[in-house]
Amino acid sequence: MLPCSGRVEELTLLRAFEKGADGVMVVGCLEGDCHYLTGNLRARARVKRVAGILDKVGVGAERVEMFNLSAGEGTKFVQYANDMVEKIRGLGPSPVNVARQRKAG
Amino acid sequence: MIIGQQKAIEALLEMLSPYDNILLVGCHGCVTVCRSGGEKEVEILSSTIRLARETAGRPIEIREVTLERQCDPEYLEVMRPYLEDYQAVLSIACGAGIQFVAEKFPAARVLPGLDTTFIGVTEQQGVWAERCQACGDCVLHLTGGICPVTRCSKSLFNGPCGGTTTSGSCEVNKEIPCGWMLIIDRLRSTGQIENYRKILPMKKWRSSRDGGPRKIQREDLMG
Repeated sequence: MLPCSGRVEELTLLRAFEKGADGVMVVGCLEGDCHYLTGNLRARARVKRVAGILDKVGVGAERVEMFNLSAGEGTKFVQYANDMVEKIRGLGPSPVNVARQRKAG
Repeated sequence: MIIGQQKAIEALLEMLSPYDNILLVGCHGCVTVCRSGGEKEVEILSSTIRLARETAGRPIEIREVTLERQCDPEYLEVMRPYLEDYQAVLSIACGAGIQFVAEKFPAARVLPGLDTTFIGVTEQQGVWAERCQACGDCVLHLTGGICPVTRCSKSLFNGPCGGTTTSGSCEVNKEIPCGWMLIIDRLRSTGQIENYRKILPMKKWRSSRDGGPRKIQREDLMG
């Protein structure tokens, strides 16, 4: 939990994959509704950059995604989280994890 | 400041293919400001390379260090203790920094992680533009503070040429404003248009790159 999605940096996301995450979802406030004006837009730009990096290193751009909702939209949050989990399950383990398992024998 | 941009990850991975451990060195100078080679970029690039190599089944060990400046000898000493433990040094400083690392540490294999692009300014966050070509003989006092060497695509000294479009852009690329239109507008708005009527003499390019690698020696500062 961070006070603003604008605090999410590229490294935060990349490290999650290094530490074994199969997918990462970033959830920020609705666009145009940021308490800090543009925090969620910065987060979206960084998520886009990281998606590009993940694509180039063979992990896959689709394993990171940004969602926007308000604090009152609990049901929507659950739906987004379930959708993301479903998507990642469909993709299977991250290629980083697959390579690690292969190396471990 | 000196503006650079990181090489494509594919090119870096190819460059790093012979190595299993590297020292990744950033710089707190210009390349930190233009977001291409500072501490944060060192961390991001390091993580990117590790992910790529792990995915490819050939992990790499990376030690990260960011120096105050790679273009000053005293700061380079910070990385000396780590050198012998790593097979290569990947520097994401400008070309001057990368070369100085190679010069000061003769046994090190030094690799460039950055393409040094130009001397420029931050027009807005995330947008950098060229303003100076370091020609060594500044004429900005005659041209309204706008450089004909840099802003004119042909570096003309008595422009504009016939390639200026009616909208005031350069024939080289319509996104580039005609440097000489900028100069004339500026001379006019600052009441110096008489400067434009003077024919500028041929430029002595010897003070630029045409005279070979340049060097400045200040006896008052030399030890």
